[in-house]
Amino acid sequence: MDGKKTKKVLHKVVIYLIFLVFASVTILPFLWMLSTAFKFEQDVFHFPIEWIPKAIRWENFSNVFTQIPFTTYYWNSIKLSSIITFFTLVTSALAAYAFAKLRFRGRDKLFLLYLATLMVPWQVIMIPQFMVITKLGLVNSHWSLILTQSFTPFGVFLLRQYFLSIPKEYSEAAKIDGCNDLKICFKIITPMAKPGFVTLLIFQFMGIWNDYLAPLIFLNDDKLRTLQLGLRYFQAEHSTSYALLMAGTLLTLVPVVIVYIFAQKQIMNGLANAGGIKG
Amino acid sequence: MEAKTLKKRTKLTKAERREELIAYLFLLPNMIGFIIFTLIPVVWGLLLSFTNYDGFGDVKFIGLTNFKKLFQDGYFITSLKNNIFYTVFSVSFTLLFGLLLAVLLQKKLKGSMAFKTIFFFPQLTSSVAFGIIFVCLFRGSGPINGVLQAIGVENPPKWLTSTDWSMITITIVSVIKNMGYYMVLFLAGLQTIPVDLYEASSLDGASGWKQFKAVTLPMLSPTTFLCSIMCLINSFKVFDLVNIMTDGGPGRSSNVLVYRIYQEAFVNYKFGYASTYAVVLFLIVFVITMIQFRGQKKWVNY
Repeated sequence: MDGKKTKKVLHKVVIYLIFLVFASVTILPFLWMLSTAFKFEQDVFHFPIEWIPKAIRWENFSNVFTQIPFTTYYWNSIKLSSIITFFTLVTSALAAYAFAKLRFRGRDKLFLLYLATLMVPWQVIMIPQFMVITKLGLVNSHWSLILTQSFTPFGVFLLRQYFLSIPKEYSEAAKIDGCNDLKICFKIITPMAKPGFVTLLIFQFMGIWNDYLAPLIFLNDDKLRTLQLGLRYFQAEHSTSYALLMAGTLLTLVPVVIVYIFAQKQIMNGLANAGGIKG
Repeated sequence: MEAKTLKKRTKLTKAERREELIAYLFLLPNMIGFIIFTLIPVVWGLLLSFTNYDGFGDVKFIGLTNFKKLFQDGYFITSLKNNIFYTVFSVSFTLLFGLLLAVLLQKKLKGSMAFKTIFFFPQLTSSVAFGIIFVCLFRGSGPINGVLQAIGVENPPKWLTSTDWSMITITIVSVIKNMGYYMVLFLAGLQTIPVDLYEASSLDGASGWKQFKAVTLPMLSPTTFLCSIMCLINSFKVFDLVNIMTDGGPGRSSNVLVYRIYQEAFVNYKFGYASTYAVVLFLIVFVITMIQFRGQKKWVNY
C-alpha cells in the first residue's frame, strides 16, 4: 500500500519536473526580454543574470518612440488586420453561402478548383502575385496587402463546412416567410455559424498581424510599414543596443499578452481548429 | 448530387435560373479576387519558371534551361540540404514534445491549465519578436552561453555565428515556438478517445506506459498523421526565423528553400529563375499532400 502511494507521488513529481523544464524554456526568454527592456545598456549581459534590474532606465521606452515612428507602425498593423479580416469574413460568407445553400451549374467543379488552390503555399505564388500587383501599380501601398489577402479560398472552405452543418429547413422556412438570400445569409445562417466566424476571425487577424514576408516584399516606405516590419528594421539599425531593442520588442508584445489573457480559450481553439482544417 | 440532377435537364425553370443568378452574384466578390490574385498567379508562376524574366523588359521563354541550371547550382543543393535537416529535426522534436506535453496535461494535475497557457504562448508571438529575443539570448557572450559556462561547458558553441550551429539553433527556436500548437491539436485528439477503453485496459491490468502503447497511440494515430503532414509542409515554408536570426548565414549555412526564392526574386530580381525554386517547393508540398490523401483513407476513419 505504502509502496504504491510513494510511486504515485514520485510519478507526479516527475511530471511537474517535466512541466517546469518546458515552462522555463518557453517563458524565461520572455522574462529576460522584460527585464532587459528596463536596463542600462552596460548591465544587459551581466552574469549571473539580473532578473530584476538594479537600475531602471525608463528612457528606453521613450527612445523607441523618438527613434522610429512606432505609433504609425501600430496604426498600420491595426488598420490592415482589421480591414483584411473584415473583407475576408464578408466575401467568404457570401461565397460559402452560394456553395453550401444554393444550386447552380458547375458548383462542384468550381469548389474543387478552390480546394485545389488551397494546397498551393503562398510562398509558391508570391512572385507572380508581386508581378500582378506591380502591373496594377499598387506596389508600396497598403492596397497590395488588402487585395492579395482578403480573398482567401481558405475562408470560403472553412465557412462552407459550418454552413453545411445547418439544416436546410431553416433557410427554406425563411424563404417562405419572404426573406431574400442576402437576409438569410447574414440574419439566419451567420448567427448559427458563429463558431466558424470566430475561428476565421482569430485565424485571419492573428495571421495578418504577425505576417512578415508579404509586407517585406510589398512595402518600401517607412510610413507604410507594419509593426513586424518596423521591428525588423529597428533590429537592423540597433543591433548593438540590446536594451532598446528589447524595449521595442516588449512594446509589440503587450497587446498580444492582454488579448491572450482575456480570450485564451477562444484563441487556442480558433488557431487549432483553423490549422487542423488547413493542414 | 443536386448539381448532377440539374445537369441532366437541359431547360431550367425560372426559379432555378433565378437561383443560379443569385449564386453567381454571391460568388462574385470573392471570385474576382480569387481569380486575379490566386488562380492567375498559380498558372503564371509555372510559366515563369520557363523564362528568363528579370523584372524588366520582355519575357523570353528559354525552355528547361532554368531547371538544368538548378541541379548544377550548388547554392540550391545547399539550401535544399539545410531545409531537409531543418525538416527532419524540427518536425520530430516538435511532434514529440507536443505529444508528451499533451499526454501529461491530460492527467489534469493541479496547475495544468496554467502550464498549458504558458506552453502555447510562443505560438501567438510573431516570429520577428520571438527571433529577435533569441538572437540576443544566443549571442556568443549572451545569457545562454553564460549559463553553459557556469555549469562547466568550457567552449560553448557560437550558435548563430557558427556554420556548424546556425541551422541547429534555428531548429531549436522553431521547436520552442511551435510545440505548443501541436500540443493543443494532440489534446483535442486525446479527448476523442473513449474513456471506457482506458477503463477496460485498466481492468486487464495495463497502466502507464503499457496503456499508452496499447490504447493511446493507436487511437491517436489519425491526429498524429494529420499533425505530421501539417508540420512537414510548414517546415518547407520556413522563412521568418531564418531572415531574422541569420539572414541565411554565416555563408550559406542556414539558407533554406523559401529564403532562396526570396533572395533570387526580390534581391537579385531573377524572377524567372526564382520561379524554378518555387516550382520545386510546390512539387515537395504536392507530394506530401498526395501522401496525405492516400493515408487519410488508411489512417482516418470518419
